Amino acid sequence: MSDLLELYPPEIRDHARKPRNRRRLECVDATARGDNPLCGDRVEVFLRLEDGRIAEASFLGRGCDVSQASASMLTGAVGGLGSKAALDLSEKVREMARIGTVPDGERFEVLRSLAGAAKFPSRVKCATLAWVTLEAALRGGQEASSE
Amino acid sequence: MDLALAPLDVQRIRQDFPILSQTVRGRPLVFLDSGASAQKPRQVMDAMRACMETAYANVHRGAYHLSEVATENHEASREAARRFLNAARVEEIILTGGSTSAINLVAHSFGRGMLKPGQRVLVSEMEHHANLVPWQMLRDDGRGIGLGFIRITDAGELDLDSLHAELRKGDVGLVAVTHMSNVLGTVTPAGAIARMAHEHGARVLFDGSQAAVHRRVDVQALDADFYAFTGHKLYGPTGIGVLYAKHELLEAMPPFLGGGDMIETVTLERSTWAAPPARFEAGTPPIIEAAGMKAAIEYVEAIGMEAMEAHERSLVDHAMRVLPEVEGLTLVGSAQDRGGVFSFSLDAAHPHDLSTFVDRRGICIRAGRHCAEPLHERLGLESGSARASFGLYTTHGEIDALAEALREARRFFA
Repeated sequence: MSDLLELYPPEIRDHARKPRNRRRLECVDATARGDNPLCGDRVEVFLRLEDGRIAEASFLGRGCDVSQASASMLTGAVGGLGSKAALDLSEKVREMARIGTVPDGERFEVLRSLAGAAKFPSRVKCATLAWVTLEAALRGGQEASSE
Repeated sequence: MDLALAPLDVQRIRQDFPILSQTVRGRPLVFLDSGASAQKPRQVMDAMRACMETAYANVHRGAYHLSEVATENHEASREAARRFLNAARVEEIILTGGSTSAINLVAHSFGRGMLKPGQRVLVSEMEHHANLVPWQMLRDDGRGIGLGFIRITDAGELDLDSLHAELRKGDVGLVAVTHMSNVLGTVTPAGAIARMAHEHGARVLFDGSQAAVHRRVDVQALDADFYAFTGHKLYGPTGIGVLYAKHELLEAMPPFLGGGDMIETVTLERSTWAAPPARFEAGTPPIIEAAGMKAAIEYVEAIGMEAMEAHERSLVDHAMRVLPEVEGLTLVGSAQDRGGVFSFSLDAAHPHDLSTFVDRRGICIRAGRHCAEPLHERLGLESGSARASFGLYTTHGEIDALAEALREARRFFA
């Protein structure tokens, strides 16, 4: 049970049960859809930008607790970031989910709960789906895949 | 002897499978993913080792003793597959890399060589991607060959009215359907399907990847034109499978892959083709794997398909009792004739979360769409499903363990 709690810490379960910003934004400046073709998980990320910074982020999706909680956390973590800073953060999150080491920074106080995925290799892509989708949206792509 | 009551000593059988004695985090391994790939008995490993230690050389080539022995053993594997399917002639058995390559062989050689422009291939909504994508590729390569679909009922059975309606259009050249669904466990009425197809001048292919493991298959009684199965689901090694095809078809079909072993004469400008089965077996074949598959066939023959079927029926009956008792669990499909494959969803948890949770109790189940995306869309299961599939070593206790773990999961994720 103890190691299950690493993949499903209270923050993950809270976000999975009560997803934040789970809606489509009225004004969308950047968006992308991410799919995991193997399991059917899907995340759509919507961004509203102001002066080149992310003013608002939201998501819609379906899938496992990890993928949906990750998307929910993302919408809270990227607010105020410029495109480059958001891409940097996203890369750090994906690295954290892969190797399990939590980087410094206040934004990781919540995001650190995604680090537990590293001990579950088949679940890393659940944690990173929303983030590859964010990257696709920021780079002007339409679609992303966690495979 | 009443075959339905033929005993199967599961505890003794389990001793043949070394991997099953493993423990996972202090709990016994409960392997419920045999539908994806089955575990291997020691007999299969021993046969592969013996092949390499005592009788290994390339086959069909050398004129020396060892090569002759290897060739003889290799052909004995073909004969074992013939016997297993009750094919009329050993030349009707093509050794392939698995079901996928067997079906691709048919799509290429029969599809591109013998189907006519304007003809269609029919597949069902419950096919594994291996029996769907090759036909999409055939449709899309500009030869004018179409693709049609046989509907399934909400219970997850093949809709024979839909098959009949499609056949009546008069343009069907091949019906390619599963003999047992890898998601629903549904066993399709292969004999009736073949009869209907033949009445309308169509040929029929069965993907027997699941069925051949669970039922006695008699390609002559079914009047199958093509039948594919794979070694690794039949307790044999990966990398080997079988395509059965009627001899008259094989004789008329052009080769699939070109290379050594499949030719009669070769000049720099052109070649002529060897007779079947060699025509369809270019290159050095899976020699060691064939030895393993032969041992696997002999292993299940020694146990007896009837005894295996009876054991499976008891597992299916037990699962049908135990799984629906888990609160919040919904079984996918409710076919009358079904084998030991159960897909399900649980209200409180996504299939992937479920799979991870029960894995922590040593229980291996599959989660996802099981290489059958269109079927999951058809059934409204965009999130996929969880699947437990049984083998001849599966026990009632393992099904109980799954049910208990699912109850715990429901509490955990609630």
